Amino acid sequence: MPVTAEQLLERLQQALPAEVVDAANGQVCVDMLCIDVAPDNLLDTLQVLHDDPNLSFKQMSDLCGVDYATFGDAEWSTETGGSASFSRAVDANSIGTLSFSNNTGLPDSDQPRFAAVYHLLSLDHNMRLRIRCHAVDNDFPIVPSVTGQYACADWYEREAFDLYGILFDGHNDLRRILTDYGFVGHPFRKDFPLIGNVEMRFDPIKKRVVYEPVSIEPRVLVPRVIREDSRYVSDSVTDNADDAAEAS
Amino acid sequence: MPEIRNYTLNFGPQHPAAHGVLRLVLEMDGEVVERADPHIGLLHRGTEKLAESKPYNQTIGYMDRLDYVSMMCNEHGYVMAIEKLLGCEVPLRAQYIRTMFDEITRILNHLMWLGAHGLDVGAMSMFLYCFREREDLMDCYEAVSGARMHATYYRPGGVARDLPDIMPQYTESRWRSKSNANKMNENRQGSMLDFLDDFTVRFPKLVDEYETLLTDNRIWKQRTVGIGVVTPERALQLGFTGPMLRGSGIEWDLRKKQPYEVYDKINFDIPVGTNGDSYDRYLVRVEEMRQSNSIIKQCSEWLRKNPGPILTEDHKISAPKRAEMKGDMEALIHHFKLFTEGFCLPVGDAYAAVEHPKGEFGCYIVSDGANKPYRLKVRAPGFPHLAALDEMARGHMLSDVVAIIGTQDIVFGEIDR
Repeated sequence: MPVTAEQLLERLQQALPAEVVDAANGQVCVDMLCIDVAPDNLLDTLQVLHDDPNLSFKQMSDLCGVDYATFGDAEWSTETGGSASFSRAVDANSIGTLSFSNNTGLPDSDQPRFAAVYHLLSLDHNMRLRIRCHAVDNDFPIVPSVTGQYACADWYEREAFDLYGILFDGHNDLRRILTDYGFVGHPFRKDFPLIGNVEMRFDPIKKRVVYEPVSIEPRVLVPRVIREDSRYVSDSVTDNADDAAEAS
Repeated sequence: MPEIRNYTLNFGPQHPAAHGVLRLVLEMDGEVVERADPHIGLLHRGTEKLAESKPYNQTIGYMDRLDYVSMMCNEHGYVMAIEKLLGCEVPLRAQYIRTMFDEITRILNHLMWLGAHGLDVGAMSMFLYCFREREDLMDCYEAVSGARMHATYYRPGGVARDLPDIMPQYTESRWRSKSNANKMNENRQGSMLDFLDDFTVRFPKLVDEYETLLTDNRIWKQRTVGIGVVTPERALQLGFTGPMLRGSGIEWDLRKKQPYEVYDKINFDIPVGTNGDSYDRYLVRVEEMRQSNSIIKQCSEWLRKNPGPILTEDHKISAPKRAEMKGDMEALIHHFKLFTEGFCLPVGDAYAAVEHPKGEFGCYIVSDGANKPYRLKVRAPGFPHLAALDEMARGHMLSDVVAIIGTQDIVFGEIDR
């Protein structure tokens, strides 16, 4: 891409007010700039990004919800395998083993849980930008709707609402889109079991479709493991490790 | 005097022109559409949620099943997002193989589209012609991966195996005499590349055949010219990509603008429409088939001359060879770790997009350092296209709605995910 992420950050700092893009806000991950924007500033920011001739992000490629509730949680944290095999060492209360009967919910956290992530594309300058907008309230996540700026946000916001329960303020038709008619819950939330809550079948006696609690057991075939692979540990972490080694 | 009222018409989900499982609720004024409300999600399988519960490599197969008429391009987008986060190198030969199979996939997709669109609009014979050539390309899929459709061929760091030296053969059966089978096997005696070269020589003439049937056909033009017109400004607003955007006159193709793999080393042109109607999008796609054919030819030429590795040597990501495993302890450990646990990605976000036959297919991966994605979002090109159906169909006749669904190249596997 001709415009690098650093150049884009400079342009953003010129075009946007300082409280939206400050020095700490623009992280570059791999090849793309990501800025965090508060819900209150979102609409103004997108309007500038859309209209400013140096930016001209005329298209929104993607909008999606993300649930950060269990970010960084591993399911398997024993150091040694022991006599139990790999999959039996899975933590019994992990996300992968969730089911309707043992769903105790997630622990309360002060961290913002839900975010809407926008991927913008500028055809004039051939560059992309990621914007992340964390909803303030975890129990009632609400983010302004950007349908006024980008028409394609309509369905994307319906999808994020359907799957995550993020509410988009100002959206005029916020219906479910992907799940079944009459579906209960938001399936992509981390506290929604992978196997679901209900199953459906045709009852030949009643001569209609009936819903029942799921009969399958959740299981984890490959546990979620976080490895501190030395190739990817960031510089600051290695520095600290070096300091610790020197101190001892 | 009878009272005249608008009425609501339910179209689909079980309707041959609904391209799978589209349910449309149409508000009609006589035969004119006042409002179209597509109900989607009847094919929702929760692919993204499933991906969160599996190691990265096990999701490649799910990608095939998203847009099930352009399988390898879906894999490509997913695999590229992983490679971006890992920062791993792909051998040049693998890049050429991927480019070639992306273009084979593009022809596969456009043939399916042309056949189905023709059928919707009333040109039955198109369907039969298109499926004849799809068969040859599916055989290439089979030769290289063992599966005719859901190939699971791409891997982070390359492709699963090198191009084969033999092609699958037709055999004699109750329905096919020996002499007939031999005749059908004539161009399958050599390697896959020989077969493909034979195809690239035949194919331009076959595209001419399709064009003879449709391009100047009076009925075809009546059904497509001026139907579903989208201005360039609206196309951008509505998130259109691929032939839908190029049909409206915007020259934007990721293969040229943000080249990935070896597209910057290959000569090809991007066809662009002028009017933004269904007929222009038809012309764009037909020309794309010709361009893809030429790309395949160029890739095949390079692949013949340059043997080499097709998968990265980094055994943290790709499995070591079986023979190597028998003698080397470290290779055995790598193999065991890869298949019991998979590989971990560094913490971070990555978005990778490829020019899929339908538009921009993007994969957004959020990784928290685990061996499974924390969040995977698939940006399906068909999703914003179908969202614009209401706007495109308003004021058209009921039969034009079918033509518009056809021109959008809708596949529900990717829209419902």
